[in-house]
Amino acid sequence: MTSFETLPVWAAVLVAVLLVGGALTTLLGTIGLIRFPTFYQRVHAPTLGTSFGAAFVLVASMLVFSLMEARPVLHELLILAFVTITTPVTLMLLARAALYRDRAEGQELPGWADDANAGKPIVPPLED
Amino acid sequence: MSTAIVGTAVVIAQCVLALAICAACWRLLKGPRAQDRVLALDSLYLSAMLLLVTFGIRSGETLYFEAALVIGLLSFVATAALAKFLMRGEVIE
Repeated sequence: MTSFETLPVWAAVLVAVLLVGGALTTLLGTIGLIRFPTFYQRVHAPTLGTSFGAAFVLVASMLVFSLMEARPVLHELLILAFVTITTPVTLMLLARAALYRDRAEGQELPGWADDANAGKPIVPPLED
Repeated sequence: MSTAIVGTAVVIAQCVLALAICAACWRLLKGPRAQDRVLALDSLYLSAMLLLVTFGIRSGETLYFEAALVIGLLSFVATAALAKFLMRGEVIE
């Protein structure tokens, strides 16, 4: 393990808070992945990790390397931008695939039988 | 002083991220359907990527950053391809 003694104490405390906070946020997201009852609720939970969890840990890494090398080290922004841009795309693809599979099997969709759809068939028609 | 603070925080963060990986693995094994497993795989990729970043902070090397970047790229490609497969039954049409 490297020595962080060149790091000022305020920066060390800030890095510690960011690291532990980011890891705890990610853990919260995966606990939600376990605890939510349906897939359409579960798909929301891991985005805690991809937004705030990743942001906190990567900002902590940027702080440590920038202060240790006394120059701005901004590589981690690349990961942050990439994760932030791609996660909504992949999870929307996945949710659409799950919706398609549920409709194709004739399962009741969440929220469909609530209020405005009383009397209509449970399985909505496939759009395409 | 700073070494103690950052070192302890890194170890705690690694333990918490390992717990997150265990939670994602539990959902990956339990299912119940294919889309749940794909979602669990996606969050497994994310937790592993953050774990690699904390390893990079601990060792002070930038090599881990590149590994984390590659895992991030692979996570996007794998999840998009698996979602396409669940939708259409094939990846490249």
